[in-house]
Amino acid sequence: MSQPFYVSPEQVMKDRADYARKGIARGRALVAVRFDDGIALVAENPSSTLRKISEIYDRIAFAGVGKYNEFDQLRVAGVRAADLKGFQYSRDDVDARSLANNYAQILGQIFTHEMKPMEVEILVAEVGVTPDTDQLFHVLYDGTVFDERRYTVLGGDAEAIGARMKETFADDQQLGAAVKEATKALSGPDRTLAAGDLEVAVLSRSNGRRCFRRLGDDAVAEALAD
Amino acid sequence: MSMPMFSPGADPGSSFPELLKRVGLAPAADFHGDLSVPHATTCVALRFADGVVMAGDRRATSGNLISHRGMEKVVQADQHSGVAIAGAAGPAMEMIKLFQLQLEHYEKVEGSSLSLEGKANQLSMMVRGNLPAAMQGMVVVPIFAGYDLLRANGRLFTYDVTGGRYEEHDYVATGSGMLHAGTVIKIGWRDGLDRAAAVALACRGLWEAADADSATGGPDALRGIYPVVATITAGGWQRLDDNELVDVFESIASEVRSR
Repeated sequence: MSQPFYVSPEQVMKDRADYARKGIARGRALVAVRFDDGIALVAENPSSTLRKISEIYDRIAFAGVGKYNEFDQLRVAGVRAADLKGFQYSRDDVDARSLANNYAQILGQIFTHEMKPMEVEILVAEVGVTPDTDQLFHVLYDGTVFDERRYTVLGGDAEAIGARMKETFADDQQLGAAVKEATKALSGPDRTLAAGDLEVAVLSRSNGRRCFRRLGDDAVAEALAD
Repeated sequence: MSMPMFSPGADPGSSFPELLKRVGLAPAADFHGDLSVPHATTCVALRFADGVVMAGDRRATSGNLISHRGMEKVVQADQHSGVAIAGAAGPAMEMIKLFQLQLEHYEKVEGSSLSLEGKANQLSMMVRGNLPAAMQGMVVVPIFAGYDLLRANGRLFTYDVTGGRYEEHDYVATGSGMLHAGTVIKIGWRDGLDRAAAVALACRGLWEAADADSATGGPDALRGIYPVVATITAGGWQRLDDNELVDVFESIASEVRSR
């Protein structure tokens, strides 16, 4: 039996992280931004059927970037966990923080114990009853969780997009302005993104029990035109 | 609570009841012994020009006693459909809760809603699943009604205890007052009724059922409890405001007085 070569744990972790980051950087980015009535999620996604953004529960949305089959598996697990919890206890007991922690556990476990880490970054967003209880949890491929306050950027080129968001972000914007701002940050100065290149959804406080709503191409085009 | 993950072979797909079974939370369907449970009574649904109207009284009875005056037996199932139940209140409410969850769960997992036909079949399976309890007297017989977005019309379904599913064309009634309510609606129904006429006809059906059947409650002006009446059209489910129902029942009452 041949003796395997010794590889230091630091090297193993670094290689895995590099692998995951490369996979994520190949995909297109996504921005979540708060506005006066809730949270807008804007993704660069030319497909109108394979979604990056979706509904998890009454006030909670999910967004993923990276490898589609991997974040979709996490999305479905989230819907199941939320529906089960709501069925077992009450609809009010389903919250984004515990979902984000669950995701962090799973991603951390896979990152350290499996051959291949998941090439995904995900966002769990919850719109509060009042604006000050809105929550954005950004979970990385290795299970690291960030709790963001105003906006968050997922995916390749996140730093540059984040820098552009930082320049333009203002509190209490209207939905149209927030979508336009996120689109500009995603596209950068050298290109423009049309409604057909985007997937946009909102968690809106004024939308009744189920706060999640998708914006069609027409609504997005209108927001971008203003 | 940990997150439910499954291997491809054991995955419950978009079915919520199946998921409950996998995680050991499925509700027990068996009841033993002689139980006296509250029963719920008259519900009607009828088709009109823009979709369907559903209506149900608010009374639940346990033997000869009124056990609840404000029960809501007509409930929204999802954006474009509703369920009305007659039968044992406990299992019926549990069934409706599970049905609502299943429709929402499917919609979220799959990213699109079930067709109206699919929803009707789903409910059929749930009624069938209740058969062991029905043999003990816990019968649950729902009406399912909704707006079919694919065919662009309102549709009505009725069920029997074994889960048999029957599509009705014009109107349907269920519960102990179904004969009275059904007859009133049968006589008054016309193709292409407008919303106001359809609502008035449904309310008239409930009125006559309450008049002749002790287990059906009429409008209770003293406590401000009125039947649940809702319309389902292309725009979705809309429950009628009590203020609107006050007027409808007032005009029925004045017509009865003037006879």
